[in-house]
Amino acid sequence: MTTRLIYFAWVRERIGMPEEHVELPAGIETVADLLRWLQSRGEGYEHALQYPDVIRVAINQEHVDHREKISGAREIALFPPMTGG
Amino acid sequence: MSAVLALTVRIQREDFDVAAEIAGLTAGRTDIGAVVSFSGLCRDEQGALTALELEHYPGMAEAEIGRIAAEAVERWPLQGLTVIHRHGRIRPGENIVLVVAASAHRQAAFEAANFLMDYLKSRAPFWKKEHRADGSEGGWVEAKETDAQAAERWKSSSE
Repeated sequence: MTTRLIYFAWVRERIGMPEEHVELPAGIETVADLLRWLQSRGEGYEHALQYPDVIRVAINQEHVDHREKISGAREIALFPPMTGG
Repeated sequence: MSAVLALTVRIQREDFDVAAEIAGLTAGRTDIGAVVSFSGLCRDEQGALTALELEHYPGMAEAEIGRIAAEAVERWPLQGLTVIHRHGRIRPGENIVLVVAASAHRQAAFEAANFLMDYLKSRAPFWKKEHRADGSEGGWVEAKETDAQAAERWKSSSE
């Protein structure tokens, strides 16, 4: 199953694209696993995700923490802490 | 018990008219005794900034603000609630965000507006990037720990 990954703000700039569709390898079960796997995909990802604790994540447009299971996620967004308002 | 609730959430590029939004919320109603509005504007930081670029997550921005608004409606007896958040390029002096809370009495309206803003700051998917007057590359605005704490305090008070 392909998953749509969406990036915002400096996560988007460092990775170098606003979104992509990926086939997640077996064994990627949680958000934390996903972040670890993405970091290994190249320099931009490594730069964007070097401090995974600060990365905020939404699955299907709802905030989740890094322990959340990602099975069945259609859309996973990664972004820095929000600065709206 | 509580009367009809007028709930509006809008994410838009265009500016909004604060007075018109307040008037729209109270027009034709005689049950509203208190209206509290908060508007957030773009500052120029002593001339250092020419604009803010507000990036947002389309779809989730509406959904998340809707969830925050629904929580406010559950916690306070509101008769009206309007939340508008702009995105795109915003110049100093222009509006960024508006919250209008209407209730029978002032306390609920004050608290709901305050709650909405605290939650918007730390949970609504928007990110501000600075455009600087000296032409240098402006950075992304960093999230403030004080904003996160401001949102946290509503949790302890509800339990």
